[in-house]
Amino acid sequence: MPELTARAAPPLAHHFVDMRQQTEAARLGMWLFLASEVLLFTGLFTAYSIYRYLYAGVFEEASRKGVELWAGTTNTFVLITSSLTVALAIHFARLGRGKLAAALLGVSLLLGCAFLGIKAIEYANHFHEGQLPGKFYTFAEVQGPGASMFFTLYFIMTGLHGLHVIAGMTVLAVMAVRAWREEFGPEHYAPIEIAGLYWHLVDLIWIFLYPLLYLI
Amino acid sequence: MVHDAPASAGSAVYNTPNYLNAEIGVRSWLLTRDHKRIAIMYLVLTTSAFALGGIFAMLIRIELLTPGPTIMSALTYNRMFTLHGVIMIFLFMVPAIPGIFGNFFLPLMLGAQDVAFPRLNLLSVYLYLTGAVIAVWGMIHGGADTGWTFYAPYSTTTPTQVVPILLGAFVVGFSSIVTGINFIVTTHTMRGPGLTWNRMPLFVWSIYATSVIQVLATPVLGMVLLLVAIEHAFGFGIFDPARGGDPVLFQHLFWFYSHPAVYIMVLPAMAVISEVVCAFARKNMFGYKAVAYSSLGIAFVGFFTWGHHLFTSGQSTFDAGIFGVLSMFVGIFTAIKVFNWTATLYQGAIKFTAPFAYVCGFLFFLVFGGMTGVALATVSLDVHWQDTYFVVAHFHFIMVGGTIMAFLAAIHYWWPKMFGRMYSEGWALVAACLIILGFNATFIPQFLLGNMGMPRRYYSYPAQFWPLNVASTAGASLLAFGFLLVLTYLLISLRHGKVAGPNPWGSRGFEWNTPSPPSALNFPVPPVFTHGPHDYTTGAETPPEAPGEPEHA
Amino acid sequence: MNELMRRMLFLPEQASQYARDVDRLHYFVITTTMIAATGVGLTVLWFFIRFRRRSEAQTTPRVEPKTIHEVLFIGVPLSFFLLWFAIGFPQYVRLQTPPRDAMDVYVQAKKWMWKFSYAGGPNGIDVLHVPAGRPVRLLLTSRDVIHSFFVPALRLKQDVLPGRYTQTWFNADKPGRYELFCAEYCGMGHSAMLGEVVVMRPEEFDAWLADARRSGSPAVDAAMTEEEHADPRQSLTQQGERLAAEYGCFKCHTVDGTRHIGPTWLDLYRKTEKLSDGKTVLADEGYLTESMMDPRAKIVAGYQPVMPTYQGKIPAPEVAAIVEFIKSLRTDAVKVEPSKGPVYAPIRK
Ligand code: HEA
Ligand code: HEA
Ligand code: HEC
Ligand code: CUA
Ligand SMILES: [Cu+2]
Repeated sequence: MPELTARAAPPLAHHFVDMRQQTEAARLGMWLFLASEVLLFTGLFTAYSIYRYLYAGVFEEASRKGVELWAGTTNTFVLITSSLTVALAIHFARLGRGKLAAALLGVSLLLGCAFLGIKAIEYANHFHEGQLPGKFYTFAEVQGPGASMFFTLYFIMTGLHGLHVIAGMTVLAVMAVRAWREEFGPEHYAPIEIAGLYWHLVDLIWIFLYPLLYLI
Repeated sequence: MVHDAPASAGSAVYNTPNYLNAEIGVRSWLLTRDHKRIAIMYLVLTTSAFALGGIFAMLIRIELLTPGPTIMSALTYNRMFTLHGVIMIFLFMVPAIPGIFGNFFLPLMLGAQDVAFPRLNLLSVYLYLTGAVIAVWGMIHGGADTGWTFYAPYSTTTPTQVVPILLGAFVVGFSSIVTGINFIVTTHTMRGPGLTWNRMPLFVWSIYATSVIQVLATPVLGMVLLLVAIEHAFGFGIFDPARGGDPVLFQHLFWFYSHPAVYIMVLPAMAVISEVVCAFARKNMFGYKAVAYSSLGIAFVGFFTWGHHLFTSGQSTFDAGIFGVLSMFVGIFTAIKVFNWTATLYQGAIKFTAPFAYVCGFLFFLVFGGMTGVALATVSLDVHWQDTYFVVAHFHFIMVGGTIMAFLAAIHYWWPKMFGRMYSEGWALVAACLIILGFNATFIPQFLLGNMGMPRRYYSYPAQFWPLNVASTAGASLLAFGFLLVLTYLLISLRHGKVAGPNPWGSRGFEWNTPSPPSALNFPVPPVFTHGPHDYTTGAETPPEAPGEPEHA
Repeated sequence: MNELMRRMLFLPEQASQYARDVDRLHYFVITTTMIAATGVGLTVLWFFIRFRRRSEAQTTPRVEPKTIHEVLFIGVPLSFFLLWFAIGFPQYVRLQTPPRDAMDVYVQAKKWMWKFSYAGGPNGIDVLHVPAGRPVRLLLTSRDVIHSFFVPALRLKQDVLPGRYTQTWFNADKPGRYELFCAEYCGMGHSAMLGEVVVMRPEEFDAWLADARRSGSPAVDAAMTEEEHADPRQSLTQQGERLAAEYGCFKCHTVDGTRHIGPTWLDLYRKTEKLSDGKTVLADEGYLTESMMDPRAKIVAGYQPVMPTYQGKIPAPEVAAIVEFIKSLRTDAVKVEPSKGPVYAPIRK
């Protein structure tokens, strides 16, 4: 039985002493990577706060007239739900129920697609209305210095986040395949756990973007 | 003490089955996951980058030989110093010591078989290479003329090829993040049995602190460079005042990385010095804990001083005061280290060798360069010096006088371990003298030029600055000659050098308890640690043993 | 002593009291630096001679620091550093707070020249005339990229930023001619962006200023205006001004407050405008845009509905630029961009 052998001999790389060390290393590595990812966005958040401070009124107006609250809110729910299904998938992978875990990851992937779809509709609207960054800005309803800046930051922040969603979905897809093949079990679930951490980060970043761009 | 029976000091045998010949063929190098081979790849790549940057430096110096145009146009000159700065900083200083010596010796010092993520380690080499190729491609196709600081809005509007250079630096940044993560995880999880934090070699402490900065600061830089690239390519107006953007915001974001980054460049140098001082003074480090924790202090406080680059940019007086004071505090950590290194020599048994010559140079230059840094942070003085040659001299004193000296000390100290052969000590001392003399002749005149008021990045200059510029160029040619000499005898030693044996210096750093060159698999039996590094209180033949501690037989 | 140190350190002349004060700190700092660096070097040398290795098998005692060592290692440098800061920072604060009675000169930098404008008076290109012994405040702004105003003899430097004003001041007390450099890298002509500060005796300066006022601007800003249209990096306001001229708005509108075929644009923004139908409207961006696109929608009381519509004739970004220009026309303050810099009065020729 392939599942059994896979489970019985979780791969230990030659340079580690034991499995515990390997898992610990992987987990710490992921946390550090997440920290550096957060700092990647920190630069943008700083820029956002400064410009928001400088152009408080215009930013508020742009946020009110320029972006669709329903889209942002729906997307927030979509992402939170997908985080939940990922967490469940990890849980079941740990119990050795690979097929169920894979199915749950599949749901998360669908939710990821839904997120991207809604984002695409929003982007199309922005193009249509001329709510574009910098010199492409032609949206007449909100004018004044800082109006195009809102959309510059909007596109860079959501764009970068979108790339992270795509990267996260790729990782989840790989994990789904591996879970389907019953590669994970009670001793060996670090990869899927780590992939899950990444997806939660993607979710978390959105939780910050959503109020900044849609609410306040 | 980890003590390898076949590797006892003195017996000069070349370790025939070693990591260099464990596998052969180009493929075995390109796809290797052995941290030692990756270190050698970094050695080749970063040294080439250094040579390229050095060639640009010499062209700069030749151009400045006369007040007017000498050998190139203004635009070419502007590209020269930009490329010189970008190559030296992003392609040499940041990756060199961690990439070469960190990769090679961190696992050996920790008693580990490899770094935690060998595949990521290889990835970081290729990221570095990709970034370098993109940047060099950009240089061939026009190069950038912005200065390595990429100040907006100049950088976002200049017609030269800034985008590839920015992207190159961005990609290299990721290589540096990956290396940093790798080292932190390795230090946390892969220490051998008995190697507590307070027994770790000081080299590891410093590299660890460096990695923390790399992981935390580099992403911010990556983002900023990306923003500039986006703005240059598409005109999004992020830093463009005509669209409400704020160019000073760019400076804040840039220096938020780049000030910590200068410690990425100097902490590994300090790591090297801590090892070399102990080895040649045959002494334990005076104030081990102070030196270890001050690395973390630098890494932490270094994040809060970036504003000292903006004293004349129009930040508020209050900010200037805060950043000024914090810069004073970051200097203290370096002072602690300097004094402890000096005190380590007390009651030592000092042997003067080429690496030790570089340590002496390092100490003098670091103190002078560092103290001029504090002078720059003395707010009112900076107003006169900002963007003059005084600043250029300050940072070359630390980066060339400090880090390059440490780099040279490291390569001379560890050469026998890495390649199993000795270089010619006589030539090495000649080269050290040349380099230290040439260095002084190049950069001391630049302090005076700065005092006179010569701004940096000047293609031509009024005649009163002429004599000192000639002196500086003359010094630079000595310097270049010294480097060439080093390159020559090191390459010769690879084939013709005397076989070094496992421990030619009689050093008690942990990494010397392996054959030279080390075997592909670092340790046949994982070592057990019973005390800290560099313990010279007892004779070499009877290593101190904790009661009942089994040496691996 | 001052003169000796100044020459030894290659410092340029000192043309103000501030320069002399800063130099005194400079001597202190550099002397300490040299003593510290030499001190460390000599200690290393002495230890080397004293503790040379005598045999290859030599062992050494384990030496650990006492608390007093660490306290000294930290305390000595820190007290020096903080002392420097305590002297240096107040000097910087002094440089950042111009006295109230200072004479204002507006400085505009652009690639690669300096323009100095005196209140109500002449302009100068690359040469700044100032009276000796009187404080002069400079209000600096740039037309393109960042430049930096650097006069070594005054130990003075201030970055000049596009889109906002920065300020600095000095009180030169030694008549003479001093070099002015651009210290922030600004492109090909960076090293040629040189100028001169001419410090004149006060009575000479007054005579020069009066003379210059009488004969009009000595250096008409021909040099500054050429190429203006080609410059893609003008601020939105400047673009707006140019566009308004191109679309012929000035045939009917003035910017100086006088009434013409149409209402003046001066102080129009945020004004409560009376309409012909008795209602009022707040002249915000929306209304300004509407007035161009659909002039007949709201007619200002006292005017004829003769303004043509520009719907479809002016692209939206250009409309934004014109609106920006109209917004900039204020009698109280020209607040174009957000600025944390000084409060300033507009440059008026
Ligand atoms: C490796 C690189 C490196 C390092 C380590 C440093 C270290 C320091 N730097 Fe430097 N710096 C640069 C690289 C570096 N710098 C570069 C590249 C630039 C220019 C960038 C550009 O614009 O292109 C720059 C510019 C720069 C400026 C801005 C100048 C300007 O543009 O106007 C300032 C201002 O404060 C500064 C300060 C400092 C300080 C306070 C330290 C401190 O960390 C120094 C600490 C060390 C010591 C203090 C020495 C040890 C002290 C003792 C032994 C005490 C003995 C004393 C007594 C007994 C009194 N640096
Ligand atoms: C690590 C960093 C580093 C290093 C090592 C150096 C090394 C040198 N630098 Fe550099 N420098 C910078 C970082 C560095 N520099 C930075 C960041 C700037 C600011 C850029 C900017 O303004 O944006 C700068 C700017 C700068 C300027 C100011 C330019 C200006 O403002 O107009 C000058 C002028 O003299 C200069 C000179 C030199 C010289 C003579 C050396 C010498 O020490 C170099 C000696 C080395 C060699 C000569 C090469 C060695 C030779 C070999 C290894 C073998 C040869 C190989 C072959 C033949 C293939 N540098
Ligand atoms: C043929 C003359 C004419 C020309 C050309 C013209 N205008 Fe007008 N404009 C008027 C008149 C008359 C009014 C007042 C009546 C009204 O509100 O329509 C006016 C009103 C306005 C107002 C509203 C002012 C207020 O006080 O409420 C704005 C804004 C304006 N014009 C902008 C422009 C711009 C921008 C252009 C050029 C692109 C332009 N005008 C060209 C005649 C003109
Ligand atoms: Cu203007 Cu440099
Ligand atoms: Cu700094």
